[in-house]
Amino acid sequence: MDDFLVFKGVTKRFGAMTAVDDVTFNVKRGEFFSLLGPSGCGKTTLLRMLAGFERPDAGRIFLDGKDVTAMPPDKRRVNTVFQNYALFPHLTLWDNIAFGLRLQRRPKDEIEERVRRMLRLIQMEGQEWKKPTQISGGQKQRVAIARALVLEPQVLLLDEPLAALDLKLRQHMQIELDRIHDQVGITFLYVTHDQGEAMSLSDRIAVMNRGKVEQIDKPAALYEAPRSSFVAAFIGDTNFFEGTVTKLVDENYCRVSVEDFGEIVCFNDKHIKAGAKVYLSVRPEKMHLTHEKPADLHGGKVNVYECTVDQKIYQGAYTRFWVWRGASKDDCWELSVMQVHNRYLLDQQEIGWDEKVWLSWHADDGFMLESYAEQDEAMLPHPTEEASDAGAAPAPAPAPAGAADAEAAK
Amino acid sequence: MTDAAGRPRMGLWRRIRHHGGELALTAPSFLWMTFFFVVPTAIVFMLTFRPTAVDGGIGTGWTLETWKTISNPNYPSIVWRTIWLSVVATALSIGIALPCAFAMARTSAKWRSVLVGLVILPFWTSFLIRVFAWKNLLHPQAALARALHTDLGAAGFLALQDVMLFALLFGAGCLSVFLLNSWRMSSTARGKAACAALLAATVAGALWCAKLWIAFASARIGAGVCSIVPPGAPLLYNSLAILVVMVYTYLPFAILPLYAAAEKFDFALLEAALDLGARPVRAFVNVFVPGVKAGIYSAVLMVLIPALGSYVIPDMVGGPDAEMIGSKIYQRAIPDRNLPHASALSALLMLGVLVPPGIAWLVFRRRHIGATETDVVRSLGSSSNMGNSGGRRRREGGAS
Ligand SMILES: Nc1ncnc2c1ncn2[C@@H]1O[C@H](COP(=O)(O)OP(=O)(O)OP(=O)(O)O)[C@@H](O)[C@H]1O
Ligand SMILES: [Mg+2]
Repeated sequence: MDDFLVFKGVTKRFGAMTAVDDVTFNVKRGEFFSLLGPSGCGKTTLLRMLAGFERPDAGRIFLDGKDVTAMPPDKRRVNTVFQNYALFPHLTLWDNIAFGLRLQRRPKDEIEERVRRMLRLIQMEGQEWKKPTQISGGQKQRVAIARALVLEPQVLLLDEPLAALDLKLRQHMQIELDRIHDQVGITFLYVTHDQGEAMSLSDRIAVMNRGKVEQIDKPAALYEAPRSSFVAAFIGDTNFFEGTVTKLVDENYCRVSVEDFGEIVCFNDKHIKAGAKVYLSVRPEKMHLTHEKPADLHGGKVNVYECTVDQKIYQGAYTRFWVWRGASKDDCWELSVMQVHNRYLLDQQEIGWDEKVWLSWHADDGFMLESYAEQDEAMLPHPTEEASDAGAAPAPAPAPAGAADAEAAK
Repeated sequence: MTDAAGRPRMGLWRRIRHHGGELALTAPSFLWMTFFFVVPTAIVFMLTFRPTAVDGGIGTGWTLETWKTISNPNYPSIVWRTIWLSVVATALSIGIALPCAFAMARTSAKWRSVLVGLVILPFWTSFLIRVFAWKNLLHPQAALARALHTDLGAAGFLALQDVMLFALLFGAGCLSVFLLNSWRMSSTARGKAACAALLAATVAGALWCAKLWIAFASARIGAGVCSIVPPGAPLLYNSLAILVVMVYTYLPFAILPLYAAAEKFDFALLEAALDLGARPVRAFVNVFVPGVKAGIYSAVLMVLIPALGSYVIPDMVGGPDAEMIGSKIYQRAIPDRNLPHASALSALLMLGVLVPPGIAWLVFRRRHIGATETDVVRSLGSSSNMGNSGGRRRREGGAS
């Protein structure tokens, strides 16, 4: 059951570059499994190897116990929903959906029955005599899904199926996809570079980076307990700290000394010994800013530091702050904090630019990373330079910053 | 005033003003076509009703004499040969050009331009010179003819005719399978009718090939010699020579439009077909061939029309026993100076070219109207169902 679909050490090279590098993972039967990663990390290549359009240079792929590595695409019970739909323009929607069944030489009334059932599933009854050019993108999308699903594949492959749709339609199609997956119970292997999409749809997600799988987990585990700086930065925003374990507080907590910042109490489920160098990740929404120093420190489990507000951007549901702590503004730690509003206008005293504030977070919300790469900091949003110089009106949404900003953040 | 669709009807002047730009842009080609195509065609038709003057010119008055004398007993066979040679040459050219165009469109951009260059390279040599070259190749004393006439003994049972015939029958078989298959893959009445008509034509062609082969085979058995080509059967000056040279000549005209269509073809569709369980050949015929349909249409026109009117090729490699209507028109017009007769033959050829497609168009247009009506009824029927039974609406109702 656990090894319905197995990738085992799969590697694919195009000339000198390795598109997929020694990838190993299992997908359960009926699971909604996503491959998430930035553009060019090898998601499509991985999918094409399962569909049979590319041969791996090394490794094997097993489907339901059978080795399908060298099987031609027409022999595999795997069907793909292509990124650009690839509907046959010369056939009606009905004929598009019936294409695979007719190739299998199914009896006529069975074809009729199954195509009709699919049309009902994608809620496109009454439009089956149109040609693909006569329907909208979202409808094409649904027909492409129906065309693949009608063959009852062992795995349905979806390659960024919603990438070409606008935001509203994308949200609508996410719900549709979820509904279809619940109704048919087929294993879905879903490729996307949209983390929100992956989080809301998937049972499990494999995060890929440069051809390698970084982490495979349930969406919540991926967000709350990222194992590498890449996963932490790619899914959502975060703050990284580099420090040394100075002291084990008790069984589960330790103190980490961070240069120019202070001591951080941190959850230590990996039982790191004192003296080890560690990297921490703390999500901005887990941090709080207050005018007064928080009174209740939960027996030393809450980290409290005095900081200065660098910038704030009001964003409706929350306000995003950049605060700094250190010797001077040019040589400091710059942190991103997301403050959700409660009774904002009534009794919360507004925090302004350049004010001294208290930053606090609970030790359980800090997370030790297993691996850290400095270039991953470039993925984090940073305050814009002009805004911090001018110190004036709220800046627009922060643009992804280059290496210079990553340097400044330390 | 409104027309059937409910739009206000425009006066002529308003319409001219409305489409002024288009009219101005199309006027030159419209005038060109009128003066150099429509008017000459009308003149050709008119000449057929004129008497011949003794000095070779055109007499005065009107007569049906030409149309009466045109029922020359030689003509039906010449017309028939013209049609079948042209149709087979077109079919062979497209059959060869399709895989070529496919391969050209799939190679890298650098190779593509080289291949296109190679396809049009023959045009740098005069057409006449190239046909002369074929005359040399097929000449009875040339190496090719001698090799083909060598007695092969028992091995000669696989003689050229057999190979060609099997190739033709195989082609017809493939085409039938493709058509049967398209018939199965299409659910519109129009598509099914088109497939059925083409299938009937293919089967008729195959039967006719089989008949020819029986004649060839009995001739060979009668001669008692087993060479690839029976002794005494020349390579030159027969229909086969015309066919070979026509395919050679018109192949670029089939490749170029097909390549243009193939270049625009979305090859991801082939992957989609494989993904849905089609074998590669099936994906080629069921997805690639319909995908370059527009290219096939223009290739048919580009090859069939010049083939039907060709007179240089039958004149040079056809000989007196394998004439085509083009050479007859030439004989009547230039050596005989009988312009009305030549005009009548041209008119016949033109009617022969235009009438069958016209009939097909009328038939399929009617079928198509029928199909759309049923489609509309069908879609109305099921969409009204949808309003009541669509899961979505009920769910919303339940939630509120
Ligand atoms: N046919 C090919 N020839 C050469 N290189 C290729 C080929 N296909 C993919 N690559 C390379 O392999 C890498 C991974 O490509 P892939 O298409 O799998 O990325 P992806 O994760 O799907 O990206 P995206 O999200 O942009 O679709 C890329 O760097 C790409 O340039
Ligand atoms: Mg991709």
